[in-house]
This record gives sequence, structure tokens and C-alpha cells, in this order.
Amino acid sequence: MTDNLQRADAYPLRRREVVKKLLEDRGDTLVVAGLGAPNWDVTAAGDSPLNFPLWGAMGGAAMTGLGLALAQPDRRVLVITGDGDMLMGLGSLATIAGKQPRNLAIVVCDNERYGETGMQATHTAGKVDLTAVAAACGFPITETVADEAGLAEALPIIAGANDGPVFVTIKVRAENLPLDMPPKDGAYLKDRFRVALLGVDNAV
Amino acid sequence: MPDTVSWPDDIFDALTAADVRQVAYVPDAGHSRLIDRCLTDATKTCVPLTTEEEGVALLAGGWLGGERGVLLMQSSGVGNCINMFSLIQTCRFPLLSIVTMRGHWGEFNPWQVPMGQTTEASLKLSGSMIFEVEQPAEVGETVTAAARMAFEGPAAAAVLLSQRLIGAKTFGK
Repeated sequence: MTDNLQRADAYPLRRREVVKKLLEDRGDTLVVAGLGAPNWDVTAAGDSPLNFPLWGAMGGAAMTGLGLALAQPDRRVLVITGDGDMLMGLGSLATIAGKQPRNLAIVVCDNERYGETGMQATHTAGKVDLTAVAAACGFPITETVADEAGLAEALPIIAGANDGPVFVTIKVRAENLPLDMPPKDGAYLKDRFRVALLGVDNAV
Repeated sequence: MPDTVSWPDDIFDALTAADVRQVAYVPDAGHSRLIDRCLTDATKTCVPLTTEEEGVALLAGGWLGGERGVLLMQSSGVGNCINMFSLIQTCRFPLLSIVTMRGHWGEFNPWQVPMGQTTEASLKLSGSMIFEVEQPAEVGETVTAAARMAFEGPAAAAVLLSQRLIGAKTFGK
């Protein structure tokens, strides 16, 4: 892969459409969204009590998904995050692969930029291949998606592969989109999630 | 650690009684027997971490899913967690940590001292309650008390196991 810090400006896949497709048949899937654009993307696809959108805790989305997947082994857990968050928590890929949770899928919407801070290039704009890192850590199912055909093939794996964990990088166009914000009170986001999942008697 | 020492087993019993299911850790010699006990207990899921902040996020996710957990680390690991602690404070997650102290009492390695001397203050600044323990007989009840206040809060509660309790590491020096 050659360095081309502007190449993501021309990627065909658009993150809002991609995330909408990831979530349109989600059923009772539990969703963790990483801070920044993935949070806004997931919210734009439809706010839900079974979303836990992070407004901070950078580097923590994948591990939050692991804790949830271990606690709820019979439920599908989907982490949707960005390349900046994933790069900050790179070691968590080793930790997650060590546990091999079959019900966890991690999707990185990789626009090769820090989108909230001025679109500075991340390391994935250079030579870092997050999918290859996940594979080297021991994720049994890994894929990089760069176009509609690849996305169509990956969607059922992300939604249903039960011999995971699954790690998918989706290369998306670098673009600044309107901020579609969920509630930002963290205690509320946590409590509404637990009430929806565990029932009010067990949640608060 | 001689078999006559029972406080690691007391921690295990206190965690089990508190229904702790997820055990996240970066190993420390002072935690080794406790980790071994947890690894052989079918009711607990042990998660070795590459860095301690992963454990903070893991246990937040575990709580979202209805499970209680504990983070085992040494004092140096507290420094690795600082920003991730904001997840606990902002969302009011419980976080039970058990911290083995280094750089605090009779330490031979000066590289452990800066973080060991600021561990308690760092935890307090991050919004955690502190339960320091020096006497072996008080370890079990201290973990029980901290677990109750963490999970009934929900809030952050850290048990600091003194270097006087563990014994200062010397590497034979």
C-alpha cells in the first residue's frame, strides 16, 4: 500500500449509508459506538436504548464490546468504531482474540482521518492495515471492505457469523457530515441500556 | 508467597461472595495466587489485558450486560487508566479495583516510586474511593466493604494492598 494521504477523499462507500445498512436488520443486537463520527452515524441510523454511544473514553469501544459479549454470550454484540479509536486501543485486539468471543463483531469505519479535530491523517492513511493486525492477533474472521459488492458479502458475516470474533475494516470516504447526536448524559445512556436489556428490576 | 499466607484466598472468597464474574488483570506477583484461583473457577471469566485501561472499558461493558467484575493491577497500572476512568465517573459505572502497591514502602527500584507515590492521589482525583489495607487479617473484610460500595453505588472503589502486606520485592538484593 502506498502512502496517499488524500486517497480516502475518493472512496466510494459513504459512512452514513454503510452504518444504516449494518443496523437496518439488527433485531436485538447490542451496539457499542465509538466516539466521534461512529457515534453520529449509529444515531443517524436510529437511536435505540440498546445502543451505547461513547462520547469519550477513546480507545475503549472494542473492550466495552468484549465485556458486553462475555456477559451476554447469547446476544449479538456489534462494535462500530473509527480508525482513530481503534488505533488508540490496538492492544485490545490481542486481548479480544485471546478470549475468542463468538458473538462479537467489530467494524471499523476507516476514513483514515481524525474527523472531529480537523481531518488530520491517521496511521491507516499510511501503511497500517487494521484488518491485518486483527488477523495477526488471532481473529478467525477478518475482512477489508472497499466497495458495495464487498459490503454486501460482509453484512451477513457481521450480523451472523457465530464462529467469530469478526473484525471488518470498511474503507469509507473522508467527509464531514452533520452531527447526529444521541443523549450525552452517560448515566442515562447506561441505565436505559440496562433497563432495556435486563429489565428495570435488575437494572437500577 | 508461603502457603501460610491466607489473604489472597480471603480476596477470592470476598469476590466470589460479591458475585464477581469478570476478572481483568495485568499480572503482579502480589496477585499471582489470586489469579491462579480465579483461573480455575468456572464461575469467573479471566481476561488478561495488554494495558490496565482496557480493563476499565471491559468492566463497563460487563456491567452493561449485567455482570460484576474486578480489575487487578499494580500501582503503576493506575496511571495507565486515568482517561478511561472518565467512563466510570460520567456514566456512574461501578469499578472495583484491587491494587498491589509498589514504590511505596521499602521499594528497591526507584522507577516504581513516582507512580507508587501518586497512586492514591491519582485515584482520588479520578473520583475513586480508597480502601488501604496493611494487616493480613483485614484484607477480606476490606474487599467485601469496597465491593459493596462499588456495586451498590454504583461507584469506583479501589483497595490498595500495602507493600508492607505483600513484602517489598528485592530480586535477592
